[in-house]
Amino acid sequence: MPEQNPKKNESTGGCAIGYSDTLEVYIAKITELLTSKDYKISKRALALLLLQEDQEILKGVQEKDVQNFPLIEGIIQEAKRHYTQPLNYIISLRRQSEANQITSRIMSFGKSPLISMQERLSRIMMNPLTGGPILLFVLYYGLYKFVGTFGAGFLVDFLENKIFGNYINPWVTQWVNAVLPFKLLQDLLVGEYGVITLGVRYAFAIILPIVATFFFAFAIVEDTGYLPRLAMLVDQLFKRIGLSGRAVIPLVLGFGCDTMATMVTRTLPTKRERIIATLLLALAIPCSAQMGVILALLEGRPLGLVVWLGVIIFVFLLVGFLATKIMPGELPTFYMEIPPLRLPQFSNVLRKTYSRLKWYFKEIFPLFIFASLLIWLGQITRIFDFFVRILEHPISWLGLPSEAAVAFLFGFFRRDYGAAGLYDLKKIGLLSGNQLVVACVTLTLFLPCIAQLLMNVKERGIRMGIAMSVFILFFSFSIGYLVNLILNFLHISL
Amino acid sequence: MLSEHAEEVLEALAVQMEEQGRRPLDLGVSRDDPAIEELIKLGFIRRDADHIHLLDKGKTEAHAALRRHRLAERLMVDVLDIKKQIINEASCKFEHLLHEGLEDNVCTILGHPKVCPHGKLIPPGRCCQEKAKKGQMKFVSALSELEVKDRGEIAYLHTKDSSQMQKLMSIGILPGMSASLLQKFPSYVLQLGQSQFAIDKELASCIYVRLVRA
Repeated sequence: MPEQNPKKNESTGGCAIGYSDTLEVYIAKITELLTSKDYKISKRALALLLLQEDQEILKGVQEKDVQNFPLIEGIIQEAKRHYTQPLNYIISLRRQSEANQITSRIMSFGKSPLISMQERLSRIMMNPLTGGPILLFVLYYGLYKFVGTFGAGFLVDFLENKIFGNYINPWVTQWVNAVLPFKLLQDLLVGEYGVITLGVRYAFAIILPIVATFFFAFAIVEDTGYLPRLAMLVDQLFKRIGLSGRAVIPLVLGFGCDTMATMVTRTLPTKRERIIATLLLALAIPCSAQMGVILALLEGRPLGLVVWLGVIIFVFLLVGFLATKIMPGELPTFYMEIPPLRLPQFSNVLRKTYSRLKWYFKEIFPLFIFASLLIWLGQITRIFDFFVRILEHPISWLGLPSEAAVAFLFGFFRRDYGAAGLYDLKKIGLLSGNQLVVACVTLTLFLPCIAQLLMNVKERGIRMGIAMSVFILFFSFSIGYLVNLILNFLHISL
Repeated sequence: MLSEHAEEVLEALAVQMEEQGRRPLDLGVSRDDPAIEELIKLGFIRRDADHIHLLDKGKTEAHAALRRHRLAERLMVDVLDIKKQIINEASCKFEHLLHEGLEDNVCTILGHPKVCPHGKLIPPGRCCQEKAKKGQMKFVSALSELEVKDRGEIAYLHTKDSSQMQKLMSIGILPGMSASLLQKFPSYVLQLGQSQFAIDKELASCIYVRLVRA
């Protein structure tokens, strides 16, 4: 058995950790072969990292010590053959024992028999029986009340109608119309779908308040240490849909903004998890703007709301389950530190919210501008009219009036417009309860907005991004069709 | 019952089979060993000029011998805390006592280990497939088999998947650390030193803990 005689390494000044004789021989051999002068860390450290097959270091050495690299590789393989356990395990073990020795000399822990308040609360959060109600509490106050009612309701109304509607839009429109004599360019900037009147306004008056309140609430929840506890609660369920508990973070973020959440899927460890999470975000997680619309549309129809929620949850689980079956790749593993519960620091929460907003605007603002450019192009080339006529067919299959087609197309670019379209239809009594539910289900599953489509392409590549969108397009309409069919078949009117 | 020496020959054959596939073993110095005769008589092996071959009938017996040897090693290291230098010698003597159900008891006490201290596979026995009975005495156990509030020290990690090992090490789960199990549903939550970690069942079954009794 190797690893018997760890001893101090004299040559490096005595503070370095010595490894077993066998390993030291390999370290010495590799150190000798490292001849380049460009290394920024000590050769002993490099040799240890090489033995642990650190990919980055291997690549660096391959470039800098071209001639000796094959020899070094040979030594690594030889060393590996010498041990039945991975070398990084053996090295870590030795370091661990050294660390233990150091801490045992200087640290001692008193025993506290009592379980603290914090610990008690933490256990309650992690208990599956009490964890559920706590989650509902967090969702209701954090998401529904604060983000929905305060952010999406009060703040949006104030910024959009008061600030933009009364001041900015009229002023900018007047100014542009006076300076630019061309109708086409005027439309581009300040028309109904202009870059400023739609793109900038949409970003600042609608998205900013919703996202800012969401990030604020999210930062508070994050800083308390609640998220890892939620992750460990849902891990088993998430494994069924090919994700680990860790994915709860981007998915919860998706309730704020799916585009942002798609960006955050970068934190997931495997490509497979990233793809599944991106798909589920695009399909079945309604963003805050979308949810506001749907809650308003289904207002006064609690049964309709239940059916909508049921269908969405069903689709979320079904698609996740199928994606896991279809997609190859390594199974997710779940491991996460559970930090102690803490009261969030207000300044920290503000700083986090601010830096996220900054990041968000840097990445997403250009997409809104791009979207209004597309709408402008679609309008002047009359491509939109063409799309509306195409959309009328699937819309009629869903049992919806053809007027809803406009709402669906524009809802993709500009949610408030899509909603307004449906509102109007609802108001004149064109939509029955069933039709409303079918429209809401389809609209939720449908790709939430163009920014997310672009983000999917950016994060997952053009092929995957397009393939997902095509799938979602067909799938959302198929589910809408099925829901309509089932409701009719069972003679249910909601 | 087989003689000790015969068991060792079988064990050597099992090791040979494990490392190089089913190939004959060089007879070498043990040419005139009575143990060879014993094994031939039992129909476990066949001999030609310079080699002995393991026959199907002897395969089970050989695996069992190997299992006893590696379990003995595990017992030396995990429970009796014998220095690693002498475990081979000590377990060579000890293994012959592990017969007739005793090996399964030892296996259970050790938490049905999958590898010996050198990282070589221990052939599973009947007891490894049976469902664990409650209240059975255990000294070492996979974390996934522990009960809530059980405490102990991490004895070793075992996983075939090096990326899993990497993950465990990255959060500082290493042998020698004291651990206690706080929760096992819906995920495993363990207290490790001053920190708490949540891991799934797959990772929990890679961690073997030497239990400390209250």
